[in-house]
Amino acid sequence: MNFAFSDEQQALRDQARKFLSDRAAPARVRRILESDEPFDRELWRGMGELAWTGTAIPESYGGAGFGYLELCVLAEELGRSLAPTPFSSSVYLATEALLLAGSAEQKQRWLPRLALGEAIGCLALAEGPRAPHPGNLETVARGHRLSGAKLPVADGDVADFAIVAARPEGGAAAVSLYVVPLDGAGITRTRVETVDPTRSHARLVFDAAAAEPLGEPGGGWALVERLLDRAAVLFAFEQVGGAQAALDMARDYALGRFAFGRPIGSFQAIKHKLADVYVALELARSNAYYGAWALSTDAPALPVAAAAARVAASEAFYLAAKENIQTHGGMGFTWEFDCHMYYRRAKLLALAIGSTPRWKDRLIARLEARAGA
Amino acid sequence: MDFNDSKDEAAFRAEARAWLERTAERRAYPGETWKARYGEAEGLARAKEFQAKKHAAGFAAITWATEYGGRGGTAIQQVIYNQEESRVLVPRGYFEIGLGMCIPTLHAYATEAQKQRYTPKALAGEEIWCQLFSEPAAGSDLAGLRTRSVKDGSDWIINGQKIWTSGAHFADYGIIVTRSDPKAPKHKGLTFFFLDMRSPGIEVRRIKQVSGASNFNEVYFTDVRVPDTQRLGAVGQGWGVSITTLMNERLAVGDVAGPDFDEIFALARAVELPDGPAIKNAAVRERLADWYVRQQGLRYTRFRTMTALSRGETPGPEASIAKVVSASKLQEIAGFAMDLEDMGGAVLDPALAPMRAAFQEALLYSPGGRIAGGTDEILRNIIAERVLGLPADVRIDKELPFDELPSGSAAPGPGARKR
Repeated sequence: MNFAFSDEQQALRDQARKFLSDRAAPARVRRILESDEPFDRELWRGMGELAWTGTAIPESYGGAGFGYLELCVLAEELGRSLAPTPFSSSVYLATEALLLAGSAEQKQRWLPRLALGEAIGCLALAEGPRAPHPGNLETVARGHRLSGAKLPVADGDVADFAIVAARPEGGAAAVSLYVVPLDGAGITRTRVETVDPTRSHARLVFDAAAAEPLGEPGGGWALVERLLDRAAVLFAFEQVGGAQAALDMARDYALGRFAFGRPIGSFQAIKHKLADVYVALELARSNAYYGAWALSTDAPALPVAAAAARVAASEAFYLAAKENIQTHGGMGFTWEFDCHMYYRRAKLLALAIGSTPRWKDRLIARLEARAGA
Repeated sequence: MDFNDSKDEAAFRAEARAWLERTAERRAYPGETWKARYGEAEGLARAKEFQAKKHAAGFAAITWATEYGGRGGTAIQQVIYNQEESRVLVPRGYFEIGLGMCIPTLHAYATEAQKQRYTPKALAGEEIWCQLFSEPAAGSDLAGLRTRSVKDGSDWIINGQKIWTSGAHFADYGIIVTRSDPKAPKHKGLTFFFLDMRSPGIEVRRIKQVSGASNFNEVYFTDVRVPDTQRLGAVGQGWGVSITTLMNERLAVGDVAGPDFDEIFALARAVELPDGPAIKNAAVRERLADWYVRQQGLRYTRFRTMTALSRGETPGPEASIAKVVSASKLQEIAGFAMDLEDMGGAVLDPALAPMRAAFQEALLYSPGGRIAGGTDEILRNIIAERVLGLPADVRIDKELPFDELPSGSAAPGPGARKR
């Protein structure tokens, strides 16, 4: 047993942290927040040059051929830096969907460009304010044509293609997944405002848009479940990185801010609050490590491990982000301080692939299945 | 990163499992404890027997050097052994303080002859140790202790009172921190000893707890003689020795034992609520998920600590997380389990309550877990100060001579009322 990242993986972390602190410092994130730019194109190009976008793509498809542990290391650093890029949509979701179920032709067409960051993919699953499930999807397929609306789609405004979940028209039959190039006819994309403008989102409307099946017909929901489990581990590392950054920020402020003649960090009310954040973060980190191991070895434990990592990390980041504002007092509530950027991102990531209550339900359902009926 | 056993680890696990299967007994029901099975007097005798066998098999102190009776093994082997041991019924609460805190302190300060004399007998369960630290007027403020030690020739004379001393009623030896110079500031006038618990002048009185059980004691010292050869560390340097003990305590005090996720999950699957099985209720599922995530988070945190240990790194105060999480989790789970049983949850009779009333008993003993070995509040201070680097609490008493400190009225111990 060895529950730590290797020296090589730590070196990758150091390199990533340095790159991101130069290129994705809070000032850069703020520039995206305060402009109409959907994401930081220069940062994205740099990440493509470093082959981060191809970390888990096999060399035969133009990727770097590393593994998922390396991707977890990068995800944590991306989360820490709040990097405003379509990395999660393109790498954790679209790339993984193609790796899991793409035909040789689909892989050959998309993966080399995804690996370089030249192409951007996204996942179009949600249809408004309800949890998507096989029984409530309203996007329908007639042959290889899709009609319906997806909202919100992370990076849907900037992606080259979307992985779309739909049902056959007129039937209650099972969900299938489709690859839909987003520059085709019958597609309208509108940017939508979300709680975190540093991560771009869109509403996609399909009107008999051309689509190509991905994986087995009717096997779409099982694929979604597998895809979300894998992505949950990677998102968890982003969340752990974000939580650590928010905790560090709160700690630094508590050391430098004086009130009643003392640094506010010397008051137990602040110390105990930040200790609780630290505990939640370390439990999340440990659950994420187990998820990383399960993901990298494709262990049967992955569904349980992924759900536990997802739940722990979503809660830890939200806790760290909200208590960071609280520790900063009134300053933390101003636009000028960076606290709100973590707060926004924490809630966005906690919803990104399904809410915490829903993942808790999945976790218990899986433990029930494991325990037997 | 590899969650699986290496070849050597798998072999060690197989050895440990085979030995435990031969030697230990299975639990009759989930959460069954040694004391519930055997009661007090028989429990102690059988615990000593088991510990002797455990020592003979080389599992009593896996990471200790072989010259002191250890196995010279790795931290990971210790984790593996603990995992295997958690599957069966083994004694708890007899040897942990001695092996986890007292003997390591001895190893840091005693003579070679003393180490050779006491270590093997502690490992084999022949001699049990206790830790005489807390006092009625000095709980979390440990250095506020008042038990006096005065030099008399080649001996010291000890007078005073200790409290919350686990296992003092069956301990053979103890380590004790005393005040040798009341004119010095509180951290500077302390001196540390080990002593024979059967010395004349020692009186042990058991304390009855909320749960009705008596796991710890008040200990009174009246002109107790301790030879200067049993002093650990220099005169006046007892605080530093105490810190050695407390650092070891933080490693030794891990999870608080009791019904955990598996037991509450089983109960939720068995119990009906008005709208159907409890396990199908959304609020119940949400609570269960929280506890699962915390239980597993602690488990993997321990693996991370052990990985660091196995690489020769020193574990930091991060280990404080375990107790602060597991003690309050136990209290929450116990209370929630009783809610699931609704009005029937009040029943404490093991013959009538689900899981032989393990949850009901846990409700009554779990508050102690949040206090013993450092309160939740002190552990949060440790995390805030030593991990996060936040400033220490303001200490207005740090430079003042101990005998000039404001004291209020000393809080009386439980025994005070009886007398």
